[in-house]
Amino acid sequence: MLKIKNLHASVDGKEILRGINLEINAGEVHAIMGPNGSGKSTLAAAIAGKEEFEITEGEIYLGGENLEDNSPEERAHKGIFLSFQYPVEIPGVSVTNFIKTAINESRKGRGQEDMPANQMLKLIREKAELLDIDRKFLSRSLNEGFSGGEKKRNEIFQMAMLEPKLAILDETDSGLDIDALRIVANGVNKLRSKDRAIMVITHYQRLLEYIIPDFVHVIHNGKIVKSGTKELALELEEKGYDWLKNEAVV
Amino acid sequence: MAMAYTEEQLKKELETKEYEYGFYTDIESDTFPKGLNEEVVIAISKKKEEPEWMTQWRLESFRAWKEMKEPEWANVDYEKPDFQDISYYSAPTKKPKYNSLDEVDPELLDTFKRLGISLDEQKKLAGVAVDIVMDSVSVATTFRKTLAEKGIIFCSISDAIKEHPELVRKYLGTVVPQKDNFYAALNSAVFSDGSFCYIPKGVRCPMELSTYFRINQGGTGQFERTLLIADEGSYVSYLEGCTAPSRDENQLHAAVVELIAMDNAEIKYSTVQNWYPGDKDGKGGVFNFVTKRGWCENHAKISWTQVETGSAITWKYPSCVLKGDYSIGEFYSIAVTNNHQQADTGTKMVHLGKNTRSTIISKGISAGQSQNSYRGLVQVHSRAENARNFSQCDSLLMGNACGAHTFPYIEVKNKTAQIEHEATTSKIGEDQIFYCNQRGIDTESAIALIVNGFGKEVLNKLPMEFAVEAQKLLQISLEGSVG
Repeated sequence: MLKIKNLHASVDGKEILRGINLEINAGEVHAIMGPNGSGKSTLAAAIAGKEEFEITEGEIYLGGENLEDNSPEERAHKGIFLSFQYPVEIPGVSVTNFIKTAINESRKGRGQEDMPANQMLKLIREKAELLDIDRKFLSRSLNEGFSGGEKKRNEIFQMAMLEPKLAILDETDSGLDIDALRIVANGVNKLRSKDRAIMVITHYQRLLEYIIPDFVHVIHNGKIVKSGTKELALELEEKGYDWLKNEAVV
Repeated sequence: MAMAYTEEQLKKELETKEYEYGFYTDIESDTFPKGLNEEVVIAISKKKEEPEWMTQWRLESFRAWKEMKEPEWANVDYEKPDFQDISYYSAPTKKPKYNSLDEVDPELLDTFKRLGISLDEQKKLAGVAVDIVMDSVSVATTFRKTLAEKGIIFCSISDAIKEHPELVRKYLGTVVPQKDNFYAALNSAVFSDGSFCYIPKGVRCPMELSTYFRINQGGTGQFERTLLIADEGSYVSYLEGCTAPSRDENQLHAAVVELIAMDNAEIKYSTVQNWYPGDKDGKGGVFNFVTKRGWCENHAKISWTQVETGSAITWKYPSCVLKGDYSIGEFYSIAVTNNHQQADTGTKMVHLGKNTRSTIISKGISAGQSQNSYRGLVQVHSRAENARNFSQCDSLLMGNACGAHTFPYIEVKNKTAQIEHEATTSKIGEDQIFYCNQRGIDTESAIALIVNGFGKEVLNKLPMEFAVEAQKLLQISLEGSVG
């Protein structure tokens, strides 16, 4: 599903990603871990196509298609979803209106008609039920005055609605409380599917107690320095990141 | 919550990049030569077959105006119009009295179709009566019969002067006196046409009354005069919408609107203003100098709702004089400026009666190199016990070259008054745009979404059909404002 080849990315001339190679197949969940400043969030933003990140070398493929010339919205239309670490507020725009706009814009981007209103309502109801979301929540202004947990719930709800091919969850150092942690984990587990690739970015092992990854990768200095299965996460929890930093130098 | 979501329609509008109402209808016009003096004032009055008292009233106004100076306190910068270089009368020559649409000039009907407000549609849209003012003279009045059954008078001000002189004579100039200000005096002298409305005691007007204004002749000023009287215990919702064709030279628009809400009456007055704003370089565009004011008797209520997207220069302060005890004044406004537009707009709430209340919600959106100012006065007089005001002024900035300004004036002469003022300034952030982009929403649509959210409190106050139009306008006026 996702294939990243020798990716180098810079911000303001400073190189942050220095040759990332990664492949995530449909149906797999990969965890990306690493110390602060290692390039985890940059990787997420680069895949989503954020302009500040200049790709100086390498390629990103989604389903075999090079994303190089695609704008962030085109990448979204193709099925990339990024759950933000800090979702922004949009006052006066309800959760429902926002998701309706997002869905119809994506459909338009794919050359489809708008989703009929009754179908939209049905889908909203279904997904809200799946994720245990209160109706009142749907009419609130997007992220305005939301608690940390509510913001996460909203991100997961949008992910459920948009049914992406590749979902990236950036939970780098958001210090999720136990409530938010469970929301993210439950949501992700419910949305795991054989057609979907999921990338979970996290600093701590804790989240991975709830979301069991198929693979774990550790990023350091803009490179993947170690890959393994879920046991790697436990090892990191025990030993910290330092031993890997040393390994990278060697 | 019951808002119509019209993002889809908005997007379709985007395809047209030019000012879409910028076409010119070629209807033979009877236009006065340029210039203004007593003879011209008399000629206008004569042309309109007005009674002597009206001619005299105009002349008084003209004499007052001659002594007045164009105000300079507004936060706008423009080349003052040459008042002798304007023609003060222009009317379609084909005689403008029709009983049905079939009799209306087909070209005119076509114009309305292009505006998306064809009379055919309007007629079907039960609940909307339209009094169309095109270049100063009413050309078609519909639904007059239905209204007449309720005793409601809704006609052009010219007709009212002839048919209901007692009402016009009694109320004209009582809310906005002839000498109120420079532009009001000018309007009083030369007003061409406009609307008149009277709602009898205890009558609830069964439909939204709607007037579409349109400037059509090159070099012709437009001087509308509206007088709306809601008698005791009555209710009316009035919609005023404006679009104008594009022109290179500046056009002057100096309207006067007077509202009178008697005891226990309620008036809702909604405006969507979309005069030609000038081109990207600030060339052309309408100068919009408007005086709008309402008078509230006991327990009366007046709400002004406006969406201002057009004009090169806007100078406009719909106000309420809360004369009666327990009267209520409201002002809800969205003002958008883009490119080189300049707006200085706001309201005046004058609390004279006891237990009077006022609410001001102003949303300013600035983009391009535009300047957007809110100017508001809340005045509590000494005998206005327990007056209350709440004001909220929010500004949204797009880009670094525009300006948002707030000039709130508060004058309180009674200690029991409660005045609250809140103000915020925010900027559409790259983070917000990227967030929307990531969800598949392109930048142009993201801005429309954010802007509509920002203005929601005001948009929600508009009648449904206007809300839809207003959302379209917001998007059209902000096109190309993000690089």
